[in-house]
Amino acid sequence: MSKRLFVVFSLLVVASLVLTACGGAAGGDKIKVAILAPLSGPVPTFGVSTRDGALLAIEEWNAKGGVLGKQIEAVVADSQCTADPAVNAANKVIDQDGVKYIVGEVCSKASIPVSEIAEAKGVVQISPTSTNPAVTVDPNTGKTKQYIFRACFIDPFQGLVMAKFALGQGKKTAFIMYDKGNDYVLGLAEAFEKSFTEGGGTIVGKEAYTSQDTDFSAILTKVADSKADVLFLPDYYNIVNLVGAQAKERGVTAVMMGGDGWDSSDLDLTAADGGFFSNHYSAEDTRPIVQDFVKRYEAKYGSKPDALATLAYDATNLLLAAIEKAGADDPAKVKDALAALQYDAVSGKITFDASHNPIKSAVVMQVKDGKVVFAESVAP
Amino acid sequence: MNTSPASSFLQKIIERRWLGKVFLLLVTLLAAWQLVSALQTNPLLFLQQIVNGLQLGFVYALIALGYTMVYGIVRLINFAHGDVFMIGAFVSFYSVTRFQAHLWPKALLPGLPDGVAIAIGAIIVIVISMISCALLAIIIERIAYKPLRNAPRISALITAIGVSFFLEYFAALQFVFTPNFITYKRPIEVVTWAISANGIVPLRGNAPPEGSILFSNIALIIILTSIALLLGLQFIVRQTRIGKAMRAVAYDKQTARLMGINADGIISTTFAIGAALAGAGGMLYAIAFSQIFFWMGILPGLKSFVAAVLGGIGSIPGAFVGALIMGQAEVLSAAYISTPLRDAIAFSILIIVLLVRPTGIFGEPEREKA
Repeated sequence: MSKRLFVVFSLLVVASLVLTACGGAAGGDKIKVAILAPLSGPVPTFGVSTRDGALLAIEEWNAKGGVLGKQIEAVVADSQCTADPAVNAANKVIDQDGVKYIVGEVCSKASIPVSEIAEAKGVVQISPTSTNPAVTVDPNTGKTKQYIFRACFIDPFQGLVMAKFALGQGKKTAFIMYDKGNDYVLGLAEAFEKSFTEGGGTIVGKEAYTSQDTDFSAILTKVADSKADVLFLPDYYNIVNLVGAQAKERGVTAVMMGGDGWDSSDLDLTAADGGFFSNHYSAEDTRPIVQDFVKRYEAKYGSKPDALATLAYDATNLLLAAIEKAGADDPAKVKDALAALQYDAVSGKITFDASHNPIKSAVVMQVKDGKVVFAESVAP
Repeated sequence: MNTSPASSFLQKIIERRWLGKVFLLLVTLLAAWQLVSALQTNPLLFLQQIVNGLQLGFVYALIALGYTMVYGIVRLINFAHGDVFMIGAFVSFYSVTRFQAHLWPKALLPGLPDGVAIAIGAIIVIVISMISCALLAIIIERIAYKPLRNAPRISALITAIGVSFFLEYFAALQFVFTPNFITYKRPIEVVTWAISANGIVPLRGNAPPEGSILFSNIALIIILTSIALLLGLQFIVRQTRIGKAMRAVAYDKQTARLMGINADGIISTTFAIGAALAGAGGMLYAIAFSQIFFWMGILPGLKSFVAAVLGGIGSIPGAFVGALIMGQAEVLSAAYISTPLRDAIAFSILIIVLLVRPTGIFGEPEREKA
């Protein structure tokens, strides 16, 4: 019995595949968009969220009548968050499927090799979540890659956002703690220092540590002595846990602030209590565009969208809006339209700077009474 | 022999051994001057940093004792000792979270007042981790070190490094402990007291009053427990038959054996006592920093080793004094010289000790053995 069911099911699957293939072949007037997502490999949950977010955007455009009067067809490929499979997937969708637009990859180390292929073959690529600067800018020449964009802000941008937020809260003095050996931390700390002093704040102290340190008593005693309003600690959650717990013992009253490295289910909510950190997006954001999106996503997939799904949704929308604005199914025109686009996306109002990084707002989350809650949305 | 004037000048400088010592003296004076000026500009901040260093120093003392005892008796630097410390931290963590060992007294004797119950519970947890570490050390000694008792010293040293790696990666296995960081809520609430001329006030999340020094119950627990364990160790070594036998074996193993002492048993006991102290140290460290992971033993282990060398390896009071100095050196260099350099400074103490006084503060010159 179960065997027969299996056979019937397999036939159905085969039939559906054949039918889809037919549809693809017959529809010459379709616009194909490839979604490169790591559906297997080290981070499959990232891949599923990215694919779901992108597919939802395409479905919504198709329901509205498509773009330039044509329906949009998604070509999903598994790129495994790894360079080689991502390159193979990119070559396959470009050469075999004839795709001219790519949404993806998630991981920087896969997005960078894909961006080289896309740039060489004149295919527009927009990565939803790759934060490495080398995705959109060639590190050897320092020139922006013409066809490559991203939908997320790059890391140092969060330092600027938190400086603005701290000043907006009436904080005047800040103490910065940073890990000298971590580029992510260093980038955020430098951007925070620059924006905070430019905005009229004072940095009363700056101390470095190493990632192996567990005893922060010496630094924290200095922080308490400096009576700073803010302790900026843009590190990952494991360091935040240690510092937060020890800070309370050393009489530190400064408000702790950091970046999206805090965003983990392993963040010690007691140690980080009262702290703020920046993030790409929050499902609790009260803006109507966010709440509408969360409702639609939940209706389709039965769960709340995470940051990856949201950024993939935004990236796909940005791309399709640019195609519509360009008025032609031509990557050369679409890339110019995208560079000049102003778009009201779920994760914030987006425009692109000269390096094809978006200028957009970030959300600030607060750790409060054992929960992480949305505090406010900060525009740059 | 090259006789050019430049090289003969260099030769002369190298021959003057005191040049190096003068340089070290200058560096030491510079550091001392830095500390004195810090003391003058803000004496309270300086005192607070000393208190911070004490807390760290006492944990190091518990680990350093294991190094020094084992070295004293079998002339082996047991590099796996830091990892025994890590195991101690994990065992105490699991006995609290999985088995609720700290709540046993309350469950067995519901009439006990809360404070007493939690104190006995803490003692139960510390005893569990001490016993587990002692058993582990006996097993390691039997399997890895005993067969090499008469092999060259370097073989035992390399084996110790191997055991160290084994313990780390064994602990990282998913079904043993875990490869991830564990962060947990301490079973006791942290109270910080602000001590000033106006008396002692507990700090409840607000800023400390002017001119006060902060002292937390965590620091108090660590310092008191360490002192109690050190006194216990001193008692065992000085006043009991086992202690006497340990000293005899340390002095001369062959003769001790001829006098009817079970040298192998005494060596095992020494390993066990050293490991038990490291296990207690692991629990105290876990209370102090509320985060454990399988590599946590490496750096404290190495620093305690430096402390043992500084105090004079083989000497118990030496290990204690050396550990307190290491704690201060680390915190004060983090506070007044440079935080990223703190480990470099801690380990350069090792180099200075080896250059200036290889036997350490309390160490006796190595005896030539027949």
